[in-house]
Amino acid sequence: MDRTVAKQIARYLVSAEEDRQEVSRITLEHPELSVEDGYQIQEELVLIKLEAGYEIVGPKMGLTSQAKMKQMNVNEPIYGYVFNYMVATGQEISMRDFIHPKVEAEIAFVLGKDIEGPGVTGAQVLAATEYVLPALEIIDSRYENFQFTLPDVIADNASSSKVVFGTKLGRPNDFELDLVGVTLSINGKIKDLGAGAAVVGHPAHSVAMLANMLARKGLKLKAGQTILTGGITGAVMLHVGDAVSAKFDGLGTVDFRVTE
Amino acid sequence: MTDKANKYALHLKQALENRRGVEPITKLDPAITIAEAYQVQLLTVDKKVKAGHRIVGKKIGLTSEAMQQLLKVDQPDYGHLLDDMIVENGGSIPFSRVLQPRVEAEIAFVLKRDLIGPRVTALDVLLATDYVLPALEIVDSRIADWKIKLQDTVADNASSGLFVLGGKPVKPDAIDLPQVGMVLYKNGEIMNTGVGAATLGDPAACVAWLANQLFEFGIPLKAGEVILSGALSAAVNAQPGDHFHARLAHLGEVQVHFVAE
Repeated sequence: MDRTVAKQIARYLVSAEEDRQEVSRITLEHPELSVEDGYQIQEELVLIKLEAGYEIVGPKMGLTSQAKMKQMNVNEPIYGYVFNYMVATGQEISMRDFIHPKVEAEIAFVLGKDIEGPGVTGAQVLAATEYVLPALEIIDSRYENFQFTLPDVIADNASSSKVVFGTKLGRPNDFELDLVGVTLSINGKIKDLGAGAAVVGHPAHSVAMLANMLARKGLKLKAGQTILTGGITGAVMLHVGDAVSAKFDGLGTVDFRVTE
Repeated sequence: MTDKANKYALHLKQALENRRGVEPITKLDPAITIAEAYQVQLLTVDKKVKAGHRIVGKKIGLTSEAMQQLLKVDQPDYGHLLDDMIVENGGSIPFSRVLQPRVEAEIAFVLKRDLIGPRVTALDVLLATDYVLPALEIVDSRIADWKIKLQDTVADNASSGLFVLGGKPVKPDAIDLPQVGMVLYKNGEIMNTGVGAATLGDPAACVAWLANQLFEFGIPLKAGEVILSGALSAAVNAQPGDHFHARLAHLGEVQVHFVAE
């Protein structure tokens, strides 16, 4: 698509994020947008953030569960980027920073080596991974009522908004990551749960798919990047006053509170 | 009541004799109570014991929020495990042994001490547990098309069918049971995933519920018994030729396959 248009749409989405203001989904005005167009807009959005001085922490995967892929009628996940300003510092997050946030529990991979597709396997990912750690990802679609088509959500940086990382690092070989059981509780009540395999069969497989998707654009995963592999639990709506806690078998817990 | 229990026990028995599911008991007797339904179950179990079978443990059913909502109940139910329900790990199940089987992966407890209610806690359960194992439970219903209400499944031994114990015995202090992840495969393909906490937050709490519930019937959980603590994910339909296996974190694998004859 025309780069000027892509840039203009990217600015529209960045403004929505900065103003914490939900907006109409872009496919209402541009019904012809393809998945490729969505990624082109996302690239422009990433450039805007980089020009503003933010740094990429790493890519993140979205739509990694069978349920979400079926719901969106796709057979491949999507990706977006987590920036340093999105990483929460401290144990509180303010509702003022969001439009309509949801939280999901994930396993993050910290890469020790570059991974370049195509043809990357889960085993290669594990060999290139320095650490795994638990994370809570807060997604916050910029679109009204959290409703979107595939090109919409891709352009919107896969709804990326904030990340709370756990404090315990693990070595990937010490775990059967597809069997790591995770519970997500809010105010002491379990809201959702799952095992690592809920993420395209294995969290490492998610990273492999990411590397192979990036390879189509001549990109690679880089040593030092921290990658969110996708929700092991479903996404749960957040409210002021929520005490959120996720427990990961062998990887500890991740907690935060939601303030006004 | 004994007459009534006898009547419905015979009604359920017809399903096995005719190899076809029968009408729900709640259709024949909409007023049947849960206590009466348990009497049907106990009578059936009693008859089997008198015929030479041995009770090897208990199972807890309806431990997921989804199942409880489906049957509109707010607590689990339980059934009896008998020696003729055991299938060895990796074994075959001829379809002549089942009617309309579904497969669930669970955590099995093997007790080293008796557990007697009415105030058993989840900690008591862990302390009385010798070891835990991964299990596949093949649930089955003698009621046609699984059209069950709570009283139907309770009378029908909590829809028990067969069970398989696998993996390796793991001491209860070696794992955090609510966090144990599970993947269930049918013919090599992932059917669903689950975690220990899917059983009302904690498998041990389910066993504690059972011990306390059984106290009202004067039944103890005995040392050596196997307790199936509840499904970690939704049940999956089985057909002849299907191979099922489950992997549980720290506990290993358990598998079974279904054959036509």
